[in-house]
Amino acid sequence: MMTIETIVFYLFAALSVFAGLRVITARNPVHAALFLVLAFFSMAGIWLLLEAEFLAITLVLVYVGAVMVLFLFVVMMLDVDLVQLREGFWRWFPIGALLAAVMVGEMIWVLGNRQTAETGAEVIKHAADYSNTKELGRLIYTDYVYPFELAAVLLLVAIVAAIALTLRQRRTAKRQDVAQQVAVKRNDRVRLVSMPASARVSTQAQPDEAAASDQQKH
Amino acid sequence: MSFLSTLYSAYAEIFLLVMVSVILIADLFTAGRTKTVTYLLVQVTLLGCSLITVATHRDGIDHLFHHMFVDDLMSDVLKLLSYMAISMMLVYSRSYLLARGLFSGEFLALVLFSLLGMMVMISASNFITLYLGLELLSLSLYAIVALQRDSAIATEAAMKYFILGALASGLLLYGMSMLYGATGTLDVNAVSSAIQHGVPNKALLVFGLVFVVAGLAFKLGVVPFHMWVPDVYHGAPTAMTMLIGTAPKLAAFAFVMRILVEALQPLMVHWSGMLAILAVLSMALGNISAIAQTNLKRMFAYSTIAHMGFLLVGVLSGSNEGYGSAMFYAVVYVIMSLGGFGMILLMSREGFEADKLSDFKGLNQRSPWLAFMMLLLMFSMAGVPPTVGFYAKFAVLNAAVQAGHIPLVILAVLFSLIGAFYYLRIVKLMYFDAPESHERIYMQPDSSLLISLNGLGVLILGILPGTLMSVCAVSVQQSLLLPH
Repeated sequence: MMTIETIVFYLFAALSVFAGLRVITARNPVHAALFLVLAFFSMAGIWLLLEAEFLAITLVLVYVGAVMVLFLFVVMMLDVDLVQLREGFWRWFPIGALLAAVMVGEMIWVLGNRQTAETGAEVIKHAADYSNTKELGRLIYTDYVYPFELAAVLLLVAIVAAIALTLRQRRTAKRQDVAQQVAVKRNDRVRLVSMPASARVSTQAQPDEAAASDQQKH
Repeated sequence: MSFLSTLYSAYAEIFLLVMVSVILIADLFTAGRTKTVTYLLVQVTLLGCSLITVATHRDGIDHLFHHMFVDDLMSDVLKLLSYMAISMMLVYSRSYLLARGLFSGEFLALVLFSLLGMMVMISASNFITLYLGLELLSLSLYAIVALQRDSAIATEAAMKYFILGALASGLLLYGMSMLYGATGTLDVNAVSSAIQHGVPNKALLVFGLVFVVAGLAFKLGVVPFHMWVPDVYHGAPTAMTMLIGTAPKLAAFAFVMRILVEALQPLMVHWSGMLAILAVLSMALGNISAIAQTNLKRMFAYSTIAHMGFLLVGVLSGSNEGYGSAMFYAVVYVIMSLGGFGMILLMSREGFEADKLSDFKGLNQRSPWLAFMMLLLMFSMAGVPPTVGFYAKFAVLNAAVQAGHIPLVILAVLFSLIGAFYYLRIVKLMYFDAPESHERIYMQPDSSLLISLNGLGVLILGILPGTLMSVCAVSVQQSLLLPH
């Protein structure tokens, strides 16, 4: 019997499979990134069906809102050479397709060859006023505190690695040294030039004078 | 009981994490290109970890953090060996990395982070912690391989390592999610008892198992999931190759034990067949491809594939003897490859990599002692008595015979014989060929002492393997609580 939940599930599932396929087949990388957004959205729908409201909203906020925007930004900034990417695609396509077909066949053979619809472990049902945000908040700092801390260490590793891989101190680079700027003395910048008072102004002296007055301004 | 004393068994991990943070900050305030202070701090940290691990050892199995963390004899032994491997790797690679400007504070911090990842894996009793430990280790290693940014080949190696590692993690997670769907739990022991009490969906369970085994095979680098191994071993700077090829193998062994033996022991009929295929293919391809290599690092990569196949033979025997001998094999492999890569590092100098077979020609005339050490290491890798490599192979094969895998044992012996060719070829090059260069080999006193200890250790352990073997057997027996 098809309940409304089953129909919605198949709708979202089909949508996410379609979006996933388009991510890898779309010619334009920007389109591929947008299809990935669609895939995230439809997965968020499935999570809602599983009563994981908080995670579904987080998926949309974090992945669609933050990660994918950055992703799109990078894709647009990079000059991706599509012709070079596609080079050799058709040469390797037959063997790739053959392997994929074998794998799909094996999976169907293993999973499809069953008389009765088998299910997984028992699913725990919750009351309508069950707050999974509250539950997650409680579990993450109690039962799951060890994995939580490990995830924090993982982020620290990512920071250290990103800095170690990208920070390069170039000796030729021109940059300001604030300490030097603050510690500067008047004598370092200003040169007082005594000019002969009676001398006739010549065309040659003018640039010198301009330079001297320029220096005094600093 | 105060809160801190409840964390008793995890003191080593906590100490390491605190020390990495201290080292990261201390490194900023220590001047100098040689990083002596940071280096010494790292060695002191490793020593401290060893002392803590020994001091906090208790008999029996201790669970912590809501059953996410386990402390047993096997984890303590593997952790101690990991500290030792990391410490030796740093001694060997210091002058090599200094000459190439890679010996930075970040490198040392990342090495310690990877060690933390290994410790988490070794002590994990939940799929989540197993996975997080694996990622902590892998992420640090990807970054370490990529540290040499000027080298195109190292960058390529890092990219391949990263992409295939991510794929493997995906497979592993997919498999774990299937197991979770079938059993309703992520806890290693709870999964095992759920399967024993009968789960409604056996197909889902086996389906998940296939993905878990594929993911594990990727991480171990066994055929047909081995493609990254030669390129990464060859492309990474030798010191980084040494790091990838040594201590993480101990953690990978622990990973296999926790997931296949502790959690999925009831499915042994299924996974032992899969492992047998992986083992035979690895031993065949590893040993045969290694013959064609002219680059020593690439040759070691293929030899690693073959050795990992051998290790799987021990695991798939499915008995305490099998697991014990597999652990012994992993430990011996780590000691041998530390020596092998250490030799390449010792022979290299600024602007020169001694990673080609021809670089070892006539080594006996240039340095008879080094040549003798290399001879011991090569004999051990080939499995020539009286070195320890022979005993490790013997113990694994013995367990497999007892489990009744006679055809597998015959194949393993055949491929080992093929493998002996390329190890002995190096011995021939060292003793019977004329040297191509007469350059003096400059060695730091610490690393030359260490290579002597390493080479002689392989010999002494081979003559007296009893202690290490019984440590491995007892720790496996006490930690897994299997019927005898």
